[in-house]
Amino acid sequence: MSDDTPTLSPLDAVGVEAAVKDALAAVEAARDLDELKSARIAHTGERSPLALANRAIGALAPADKGTAGKLLGGARGQVQQALAARQEVLEAERDARVLVEETVDVTLPADRRPRGARHPLEMLSERVADIFVAMGWEIAEGPELEAEWFNFDALNFGVDHPARQMQDTFFVARADGADGTDGADAGLVLRTHTSPVQARTLLERELPVYIACPGKVFRTDELDATHTPVFHQVEGLAVDKGLTMAHLKGTLDHFAQAIFGPEARTRLRPSFFPFTEPSAEMDLWFPQKKGGPGWIEWGGCGMVNPNVLRACGVDPEVYSGFAFGMGIERTLMLRHGIADMHDMVEGDVRFSTQFGTEI
Amino acid sequence: MPRVPLTWLAEHVETPAGLTAEQLAADLVRVGLEEEAILPAAVTGPLVVGEVVERTPEPQKNGKTINWCRVDVGAEHNEPGGDPRGIVCGAHNFDVGDRVVVALPGAVLPGPFPIASRKTYGHVSDGMICSARELGLGEDHDGIIVLSTLGIDVPVGTDARELLGLGEEVLEINVTPDRGYCFSMRGVAREFSHSTGASFTDPGLPVPTDERPAGFAVELEDDAPIHDVPGCDRFVAQVVRGVRATDPSPTWMQRRLQQAGMRPINLAVDVTNYVMLDLGQPMHAYDLARVAEPIVVRRARTGESLRTLDDVVRTLDPQDLLVTDSPAGRGERIIGLAGVMGGGDSEVGDATSDLLVEAAHWDPVTVARTARRHKLPSEAAKRYERGVDPQLPRVAVARAVALLVEHGGGVADDGLTDVDRTVVPSPIELPADLPARLVGVPYTADEVSATLTEIGCEVRGDGDVLHVLPPTWRPDLTVGVDLVEEVARLRGYDAIPSVVPAARPGLGLTAGQRTRRSVARALADAGLVEVLSYPFVGADQLDALAIGPDDDRRRAARLLNPLSDAQPLMRTDLLTTLLDTARRNVARGESDVAVFEIGLVTLPQPDARVAPRLPGGVRPSDDDLAALEAAVPPQPRRVAGVLAGQREPAGWWGPGRRVDHTDAIAAAQVVADVVGVPLGIAADDARAPFHPGRCARLATADGTVVGYAGELHPNVVTALGLPARAAAFEVDLDALLAATDGAPLQATPVSTFPVAKEDVALVVDADVPARDVLDAVRVGAAASEAGDVVESVRLFDVYTGSQVGEGKKSLAVALRLRAADRTLTAAETAAVRDAVVAEAGRRFGATLRA
Repeated sequence: MSDDTPTLSPLDAVGVEAAVKDALAAVEAARDLDELKSARIAHTGERSPLALANRAIGALAPADKGTAGKLLGGARGQVQQALAARQEVLEAERDARVLVEETVDVTLPADRRPRGARHPLEMLSERVADIFVAMGWEIAEGPELEAEWFNFDALNFGVDHPARQMQDTFFVARADGADGTDGADAGLVLRTHTSPVQARTLLERELPVYIACPGKVFRTDELDATHTPVFHQVEGLAVDKGLTMAHLKGTLDHFAQAIFGPEARTRLRPSFFPFTEPSAEMDLWFPQKKGGPGWIEWGGCGMVNPNVLRACGVDPEVYSGFAFGMGIERTLMLRHGIADMHDMVEGDVRFSTQFGTEI
Repeated sequence: MPRVPLTWLAEHVETPAGLTAEQLAADLVRVGLEEEAILPAAVTGPLVVGEVVERTPEPQKNGKTINWCRVDVGAEHNEPGGDPRGIVCGAHNFDVGDRVVVALPGAVLPGPFPIASRKTYGHVSDGMICSARELGLGEDHDGIIVLSTLGIDVPVGTDARELLGLGEEVLEINVTPDRGYCFSMRGVAREFSHSTGASFTDPGLPVPTDERPAGFAVELEDDAPIHDVPGCDRFVAQVVRGVRATDPSPTWMQRRLQQAGMRPINLAVDVTNYVMLDLGQPMHAYDLARVAEPIVVRRARTGESLRTLDDVVRTLDPQDLLVTDSPAGRGERIIGLAGVMGGGDSEVGDATSDLLVEAAHWDPVTVARTARRHKLPSEAAKRYERGVDPQLPRVAVARAVALLVEHGGGVADDGLTDVDRTVVPSPIELPADLPARLVGVPYTADEVSATLTEIGCEVRGDGDVLHVLPPTWRPDLTVGVDLVEEVARLRGYDAIPSVVPAARPGLGLTAGQRTRRSVARALADAGLVEVLSYPFVGADQLDALAIGPDDDRRRAARLLNPLSDAQPLMRTDLLTTLLDTARRNVARGESDVAVFEIGLVTLPQPDARVAPRLPGGVRPSDDDLAALEAAVPPQPRRVAGVLAGQREPAGWWGPGRRVDHTDAIAAAQVVADVVGVPLGIAADDARAPFHPGRCARLATADGTVVGYAGELHPNVVTALGLPARAAAFEVDLDALLAATDGAPLQATPVSTFPVAKEDVALVVDADVPARDVLDAVRVGAAASEAGDVVESVRLFDVYTGSQVGEGKKSLAVALRLRAADRTLTAAETAAVRDAVVAEAGRRFGATLRA
């Protein structure tokens, strides 16, 4: 008996039904695509009982061909349908399994590129600048090594005034070979505050003037937890017609709230600076103050002294102005709970890195 | 800064019962006197007066003899049952019946030194009998305090803290330079009154005006006044005879001096100091036997010198104002530096019985300059340079003389010297509405007038303008705005409303400011960490970077008073200080470092002039302003970076990548890209601190050198202890910005035709810079028959080896070609390739790699 000998008569309805049942059982039993393939070959392949029976239809009497065709067509369709359905299920199962197999540990470190960061003092200076720019002010800058006249005389610090001595100033020597003896001062200092920028601005710009000046300043203090010889200030200057201390207070309040949040409060108390009259110290209400909430000193301010306006060619009978200044380091320390100045000035990357690129 | 003992203050102003130093500080800060510190009570816990009822000397094995005492410390403190306390005492200067000061267990003496009951020398010592030094009352440690020797007679059990002023907190205040009169109880009491409304009795008023016979002869002269102000305009002196000048001053006075931070010396010195602290008038007491009439006040002559009280011989300057006397010639002997310090020769000594008490008014500028010149910031100088009331000398002398007579048993002469050349200043004209206009509070003219009267001004109203004569103790009040501050201060700064002004509309940040931010952000995004470094450097640091003796970077501005003599120079580049920062990070355990800094450098010009000295208060001429500008050295803004160790870290993914010169050049390129300036790059073999074979010189299109980038010289790397192959860059941001025209970029349209890719490998001599080959590729491609269709040129491989031959290299370049208006044909693409090869061949003899 050849392999092609039909084992099933195309007119054997019971036999066909049994063959379909076998086929469906095999399809259902297939646990993966390989087994399904074997089942397909066994039950729909050329030598499968149904295929052989189908092929045998040709030899039937014409009257039987229709009946047999119908019988086997239905049977094979039923099996094909089951195969397709099972194929879809098993493929889905396989796809799912592959994804599971491709699972990795997503918690492995992903830091393949080193992270950079900005220095928080610089970022805070920029943030401060943005607050004033938002008010329509502009940002002015000037040299750090400055003519003594701009740092002191223009700002009403008399040569013999104690205030000038209290500034702990770095003086610059005359260059070798310049006129005058070596060792004498050159009429230059490292600016002790950013106020010379105010004088420069008033001399250069048209009135009215609304400027903020952030920048580095220098005092002859040794570095310790609360002092540094190089630090940063931001100063503000407004000169216009009709400005009052109320405008100063309003500006400071807005600034404090922008930096420390809407609950921030400021207080002015009388003080003295050569370049302002009246002068005030500005205190900030600080809920996190060591030892309980209280006022802490934040900066100095006042109405621009008429002598400063005159030195800059501004008529104090027509214009008035206010000015204020505060330390960026101090502001950063308050805002971010920094206890020791060293961290801000030593350039340790671990300090900057904490802050990322936005403050 | 002045210290304010509360009980002393209460002598001049009514203080509420139970006033604490903290409350006083709160009251004073409202009127502008800031708290500097609150000094705690010297002694806490029980300190009482006791009477010695038994004293048994007991010799000890160590040779010492101690006294086992029974001390009656009063019913409240004696032992249960009323027995006196047993106390061991090592001193011997007392006997039964003496009243002494006893610290009981629980007391804490200065040190801090807590007292407890303890076993010693076979007894339980239940307290301590105190010496003056143990109580912080002086250096006297010869024995314990016997109260009768101090003239104190109080019952046993009395609280000795109160008795000796040891239980009191003291407020130290910070006085601003304009408020000299607050360096006195008188001034602080007045301010307390202004703040709280408390009743104040001015101990400086009234000024005696009675006519007295002439006193010790005094002559004032000044042949070189500073700013036309005579050195002395008031000199008051009086003689007191038969004073026990070197006796100790009364305990209360000693205690107050100590509370105020001064050391008691003897009666004569203590009285002058006490009156100074109380009224604010510095004084001097001369030994009358050692001064010869007349006293002459004059400027020093060149070559004169003086041994001051601190036993230093000082060479005098012709601007120094002197007090001299006339033992031989008139004004020939110097007895003091006016307003600063007396001389040693006329000092009060053991033999002194007659005193000449002096109080004068000196020119603040003269005193300030002398104090500064001789580095003598004395208590007197501190007050004079801030301004002393010229009417005080009469009051102060009367007060000091009275104290000397009361406590030293002397008799004052009737005669009195009072050379008075003070001038009453003219009143200040104050527009009545100026305070309201400047402060923004609607003060009425009456309010203004009343407030100024309250601080001691004489105010004459005449409608819109007030004529205001400030009190003599307020030399700081000279112009209208000074009075405005007084009005605002006394009416309260709290009353000032908060109004945000409408600024003139601005233009936002400048291009330079915006660019600087973008540069910093871009470098941070590239993995570099921003740091800041101090700009101070020393020659050693430049040596370590192998910066040559003739290098421009050696021409640095030098500070006259640097913090460290090792770093007197201002940096001329950022790398000098930034490398130090990098080194510190490495030393702290950061093996991989990538840091950058943006900051100014100072570049003094060889022909720089000294800045002119110009007065304040007037606008300098344009020429003077130009001279100021010319004297200030250029200070360009730079950006620098240092990279060391691994640029990309090793990890579970595999090995990392060590920093090399390309990382530094790439970072510099980031900076230039942000600014928008194409960088020319060329090798530089002579730029410290770089590796001579791995340093790129960076330039703008016109050839201006704007910086350097590359690997550091191996010697520098070793000297700084950095990881091998560390790299760095420094770029002048200002120069880069100057190379941009600020005009908005004009966009190139994006072509949607397909891209054609063409790879070309060119063989050239090994020493031809790749950059030059790439230039040739671009130029050649642009000149091809296809027109300029090059979208990008990228060098993707460099090959050396046998296939290209000795001394040659092959550079493989990928071209992306795309036309704006058509799809390129194969012929066009080939034409580009041929043009590229032709140009490279023409320039370098390049051939297409086989």
